This record gives sequence, structure tokens and C-alpha cells, in this order.
Amino acid sequence: MGRTGESKKSRRKVQAWCWLFLTPTLLLFLAFQAWPILAGIYYAMLDWSGLTSDSTFVGTDNFVSVANDYYFWNAFKNSFKFMLGVVPLHLIVPLILAVILNRPGLRGASFYRTLIFLPVVTTTSIVGIIMVFIWGSDGAVNGALQSIGLLDAPIDWLGDPSWSMFTVVIVSVWKNLGINMVYWLAGLQSIPKELYEAAEMDGARGSKLFFRITVPLLLPIGAVILLLNVVNSLKAFDLIKTMTNGGPFFATDVVSTYIYRYAFSSEMGLPQLGYAAAAGIFFAVTICVLAVAQNVITKRIKGRSSL
Amino acid sequence: MRQLRKSLFHLIMVAFCFVWIYPFLWMLSAAFKTDGEFFSNGLKLIPDRFKLDNFKRAWEGANFDTYFLNSVVISASTILLVLFATATCGYIMGRHSFRGKKIVFALLVASMFVPMEFAIIPIFDLIKNLGLMNNLFGVILAEAGGNHIIFILLFATFFREIPNELEEAAVVDGSGFFRTFAQIMLPLAKPVVGSVTIMQFIWSWNSFMLPLILTLSKPDLRPLAVGLYALQGENVVDWTGIAAGGAIAILPIVVIFLLLQRFFVDGVAGAVKG
Repeated sequence: MGRTGESKKSRRKVQAWCWLFLTPTLLLFLAFQAWPILAGIYYAMLDWSGLTSDSTFVGTDNFVSVANDYYFWNAFKNSFKFMLGVVPLHLIVPLILAVILNRPGLRGASFYRTLIFLPVVTTTSIVGIIMVFIWGSDGAVNGALQSIGLLDAPIDWLGDPSWSMFTVVIVSVWKNLGINMVYWLAGLQSIPKELYEAAEMDGARGSKLFFRITVPLLLPIGAVILLLNVVNSLKAFDLIKTMTNGGPFFATDVVSTYIYRYAFSSEMGLPQLGYAAAAGIFFAVTICVLAVAQNVITKRIKGRSSL
Repeated sequence: MRQLRKSLFHLIMVAFCFVWIYPFLWMLSAAFKTDGEFFSNGLKLIPDRFKLDNFKRAWEGANFDTYFLNSVVISASTILLVLFATATCGYIMGRHSFRGKKIVFALLVASMFVPMEFAIIPIFDLIKNLGLMNNLFGVILAEAGGNHIIFILLFATFFREIPNELEEAAVVDGSGFFRTFAQIMLPLAKPVVGSVTIMQFIWSWNSFMLPLILTLSKPDLRPLAVGLYALQGENVVDWTGIAAGGAIAILPIVVIFLLLQRFFVDGVAGAVKG
């Protein structure tokens, strides 16, 4: 935006206004993004309870302890188990629903879309508490499965360590499916209709249209959806905290509930803020590396397919 | 035959949607039931009588009146703060160039990929050291401090499209930098303000981890999302009271979503496309 004929003084004035307008965002950024990252790295090198001001500098000791802790690796594995359970379902099921609801002239499409989207806007922690009842021994899920004869005896969905991870994955998929459906719908609506018409003229039908036109053209937005879901599912806290609190027997203990336990909960005796900060940084770096790696891979694939 | 297939499709979809929202219907119905009815006939959706006792118990006995007010104050203040910060920043990003613009932009975008959930301890410590643990302002500030690059981009894209003539005319009339923004540009951006308001409302109202940590020692400051969790921890047997509390927390957001869903869905879709 070159503005010719402006005097130097007024240009400088505009620059000052620019920085003034940026100040609120920059202040919030410095206080709640930049500072926490830098301070977190420092805290991770302290032996510090957080309750008192006395702390000792221990260098990389906390990181070593984290890397040697069986329960950290258990939580680390569970975070990835949860992610690997959630992400494929979030890519496939909402896409199918989006394709169904995107058909031209479908009556009631916006009604169905609204109802499927509804769980997305509700409070995750409250949904988690309600789901404890729904998936309880005498809850609706067992009731329904028993009345249609699929189950003889009720399953303890949340109390049985071999089922609890499955249950939180299903509830998480139900909770967030709607937003992925809206993403996919946005992608579907960006595909020009002429492409389908041309392909139909050439004799392509149904599934052939879907796999030859829809899928390839959705790949770019699919990469974004994949990245969002990988990162978000690795960060999951609210649902797991309220549904299982990491239990039973640490079967659903993910890194975020692990950190919470060390930093803020009284279950473990004195809090260990330094140790918890180290675990947090370790996992944050893992997520960043994954995100960057995925970005690089998608760019490679894109670059190759355009050759 | 086609008519039949169509009806069958809608029948399946309606059944699917019913199962989909069943947990909310169940919660609402349990909130009206007596304890006796809840345990003898827990899965039935229509209660024998619509009794308000559970709501009364949650509202007065379990402090949900306080929690509700806290949720309203936190959400409203966070929305105002975020609107102010993202509108001003988006205005500059969309319409002006300045030295270091690329760096500022890159920093804001890059921080989107940093999972701040794992940097919660320094945020907790910062609020504590600022002396904000004893009032809602700590929660509000931390809440507003999240990454809002999506909102900034929405504002920037909108302001970029406004024709220059409008701004030049204002300058000729003697309108300064701030007045041009506040009286001419911002009123035009009403659709973006709407999207940002509803999205931020949903995020603040539903936020759990930050307020949980920041109100650990101050139960009076809890918003609804944290309040119900605390109630469940303290009183495991009052299922109907918990259902009523859940209804109090979720109904406002469902109603607002149903009324304003266009803004929300458009905003979300726009964010992922851009």
C-alpha cells in the first residue's frame, strides 16, 4: 500500500498508530504465549513444589526422571492410542455424512446437520460427567444393547480397563464429529459442479465419481483436517479428566492428566511443578515435531503430484 | 418406489439423529425426575411429573447461581477483550504496512502450532504473581490470552476488501487514524464481529482446564463447567441434582447456538478454508 505524496512526518505518525493498534495483541502474546514457553523451559530445570519460593536448579535432572518414569511412558502411549483411535474415525465417518448431506435438493439437510453438530458446541467437561451415567453399568448404552439382545450382561464400560479407552474414544468422536463434518462440507462445496457433469458425460457413476473426483480434490483440505485432529486429540484433557480421571489403573491416563496430577493435584503428596513442566515441554516438543513432519510430508506429496 | 426409498432414508436419519442427541434428552429428563423415579425408571425420557426441585437444589444449594454469574462475567469480558485486541490487530494487518510486519505475522501464526495446554504451569504462576488469583480477572485475562490468529485473519481479510475511497473521503473530512477505524471501518465489520463473538462465547463458556486450575483454591470463582465437576466430586449420589446442574450449564449455549448458528458454522468453515 504505497502512499505517494505523504510527508515523512505523517508517515511516521501512521507507523506509531500501527504499533499502538498492535499493542493489545502483542501484550497478550508476550504474557500468555512467549513468556510461558520461555518460563516453562526454566521451570523444567528446577526442583520446585510451586507452593514456596525456595527452589533448586537441577539442570536436566527432571527430564531424565521423566524419561525414566514408567507412568510417563504409559501416559505417552495412551495419548497416542487415543489419537490413533480418534483420528481415522474423524476422517472417515464425517466425510460419509458430509457426502450424504451435501446431495443437492435433499430436504431436511440443514436440520440433520444442526443436530449432528450440536454436541460440538456443548461443554466438554459437562458432557463427560453426563456420559459417566450414560455408559454406566445400568446406563442407556447397556440398556439398549441388552434389550436388542447384543449383550447378555452389562459391561462396565468405564470401570473395566480393557474397555475404558474404547469408551473415551467413542465419546470423543461423538463430541467432535460435527466440526469435522462442517470442514468436509466446506471442502465438498468448493469442488466445481462442472467437473461432475463432465465426468458423468464420460459415463462415470457413483463410487467412481467419488474416488476419481471427490477424493483427490479433497486431499488438501483433508491434510488440514488430519493435522487439526492429530494435535487436538493429543491435547485432550477435559473429557478424560471428567470421565475416567485417567483410570482405571492408569488405562486412560494421558500426558495431560499425568501433568495435572503432578502439578495441581494432592493425590501425589506435594506438587512437583518443575517435574510437571519438564513432562509438558517434552510432550509439547513431540507434538510440534509431529505437526512439522506432517506439513513437510504433505508438501512433498503435493509437489510430486503436480509434476 | 423412489418415494419409499426417500421415506426410508429420512426414517433412518431421524432415528440416527435421535440416538445422537439422546444424552442431552436424557439429561434434561433426569433433571425433572425424583430420585425414586430416576432409579426405578432411569431410561424413560418423559418424566411422570415435571418437578423443579432438582433445579432449585442445584441453583441455591450447590451454588449454581454463583457459578452461572461467573460464567456470564468471564465469557462477556473475554469476548470484549478479544474483540478489541483482534479487531485492532486485524485492521493493521489488513490495511497497513509497517516495519516488521512479516515478523509479527510469522510469530502469531507459528504460535498457533504450540500446544499451550502444556505450558499451563507458567500461566498459573504468572496469574498468581500478578495477584489475580482472588478475582475473576485472572481467569478472564488468561482466557483472552489464548491464540486468536483465526479471528485476526478474519478481520484482516475483511478490512482489506474495503475500498480505499471510503478511507480517503474520511481523511479529507479531517478524520484521524483512530476515528477512521472506530467510526467508519469497525461498523462495517459487523459480520466478523458477530462470528468472533459467538465463537469466543462458545470457547469461553466451555473452557475447563484454565478455570479449573485458576480456581482450585477459590470455589466462589468457579464457572459452570468447573462447578459441575466439583459437585460430582463432592456429592456422588445426587444424580438428579447433577443432571439439573448440567442442564443449567448447557441449555444457554444450545439456545444461543440454535439462534445464531449461521455465524458460527460460516466462521468455522471460513477459518479452515482460509
